Amino acid sequence: MSLDAKTVAKMARLARVGLSEEQVHTYQKEMQGIIGWVDQLNEVDVTDVPPMIGTGLAQPRLRDDQVTDGNCRDKVLSNAPDREGPFYTVPKVVE
Amino acid sequence: MMSSIFDHTLASAREALRSRKISAVELVDAHIDAIERLDGGLNSFITRTPEQARLAAKEADALLAKGEGGSLCGLPIGIKDLFATEGVRTTAASKILGNFVPPYESTVTANLKREGAISLGKLNLDEFAMGSTNLTSAFGGVENPWKLRDSDAKLVPGGSSGGSAAAVAAGLVLGATGTDTGGSIRQPAAFCGITGIKPTYGRCSRFGTIAFASSLDQAGPMARTLQDCAILLESMAGFDPKDSTSVNRPVPHYEAALGRGVKGLKVGIPKEYRIDGLPAEIEAIWQQGINWLKEAGAEVVDISLPHTKYGLPAYYIAALAEASSNLARYDGVRFGERVSGASLDALYEATRAAGFGDEVKRRILLGTYVLSSGYYDAYYLRAQKVRTLLQRDFLKAYETVDVILAPTAPSGAFAWDEKPTDPVQVYLNDVFTVPASMAGVPALSVPAGLDGRGVPLGLQLIGRFFDEETLLAAGSVLERAASFTHRPTIHAGVSA
Repeated sequence: MSLDAKTVAKMARLARVGLSEEQVHTYQKEMQGIIGWVDQLNEVDVTDVPPMIGTGLAQPRLRDDQVTDGNCRDKVLSNAPDREGPFYTVPKVVE
Repeated sequence: MMSSIFDHTLASAREALRSRKISAVELVDAHIDAIERLDGGLNSFITRTPEQARLAAKEADALLAKGEGGSLCGLPIGIKDLFATEGVRTTAASKILGNFVPPYESTVTANLKREGAISLGKLNLDEFAMGSTNLTSAFGGVENPWKLRDSDAKLVPGGSSGGSAAAVAAGLVLGATGTDTGGSIRQPAAFCGITGIKPTYGRCSRFGTIAFASSLDQAGPMARTLQDCAILLESMAGFDPKDSTSVNRPVPHYEAALGRGVKGLKVGIPKEYRIDGLPAEIEAIWQQGINWLKEAGAEVVDISLPHTKYGLPAYYIAALAEASSNLARYDGVRFGERVSGASLDALYEATRAAGFGDEVKRRILLGTYVLSSGYYDAYYLRAQKVRTLLQRDFLKAYETVDVILAPTAPSGAFAWDEKPTDPVQVYLNDVFTVPASMAGVPALSVPAGLDGRGVPLGLQLIGRFFDEETLLAAGSVLERAASFTHRPTIHAGVSA
């Protein structure tokens, strides 16, 4: 499958990674190479093979719906790059 | 030669501390001094914590004097900078976390501290553990303390746990934590002539370990001997309710397995690992390993792991998909560095453009691609099915053999400027380590000898789920037979 510059720019938008035009072209070449290489997986017969979504070693478990590590608001906020009181700040989203 | 404090292994230092032949303060001071002398060049540490370490050493001495203290009391170690450490900056070797100070402690490091281990600081790695050379760190590359015989060129320590491997090899710490997603403990251990264990997925908690690919990431020990790794693993491992993939099984006394021997053990040799273009030296060290195990009474059996070839491409799809999802959290809003923008989207894009390095961006973009609508089935779903086949390969092999022997990496350490520019060529470093990661089974690497250029080569053992003990027993036989006593050029015990 070919991966063109337009697709790379779209992925960058979806992933919210700002890229310059020049970077889009560099990544396009490298990503095309990698995708070309992984295309060999098409040789494998995966008929009736279930996808592996984990190693299946851990028992799924439930826990009580309780706060066990609470009252640490200031710790949670301690790494905020910008805040006002107990709030994170972002640019205006709703007009 | 006079014996020096840097001849100690973790195990022998533990004895010397308990019998009060040395004090924790002496031991810790000597290692802090070695870091000051050597790490300006090696760059194995991102953050050093000498003051905290000296305080902890005094407390350790007080406990040891009373005959108290945990199994690692007073022993200086290093922590890969992917483990969150409360109050100590944790960067994942990324600019985006350049000033991140976690308000909580990872379970693995909490376990080590509980036993009295003393951290000397946070060790360098590939950015977000993405790489096999430790050259993608935003804090600069790490130098391997080994040198080629006839050259002064800087060598790569392997990756992603390259800082851990280099620091242990150079004698700056007695042991270190690593994490392994596709080979990130085993390959740098092999490149630096040390020992490393990637335990069974679920053996060590992932809580507080910065995530790369959650279904593959697993913490493990790195040290100069298998006994040291066994001691560290026993404290790192264990059930953790905070990690939903943690497995609730008792932790064995791993040291006890070291002397079991391999008499009657069946060792599988996978024919698919004899890849085209495998260097003769790698082939030879592998054969040497086979002979060592045979001489010790093991039965060697040829086996087939038919999907080996597809391990790497399937790994990259799975790992990149998970990475793109895990790294979505670095958005400049709740923690990490922020670059402002006029809109929220502009803030995200600018923050992530400035905060992530090239390799990380490439992986996020590819991961986004293989998960995007229209491509999900063709790439991600297919890779997960191939992963099932890879795991079945191992489960079938373990019907006839107890353990598998293979090389750790297709080469020894290479120079910084020998690193291929094609990403696919770099990925091939992990060809022998990725299949065990995909299956979730445990594996280890032990140093087995030097290649013609004078750098270490490792042998890898791959075991059954939760059978780290058989790995240790067989690894111990290899370790004794190889009697690898070579030291790197740059070492704390060598005065300039």
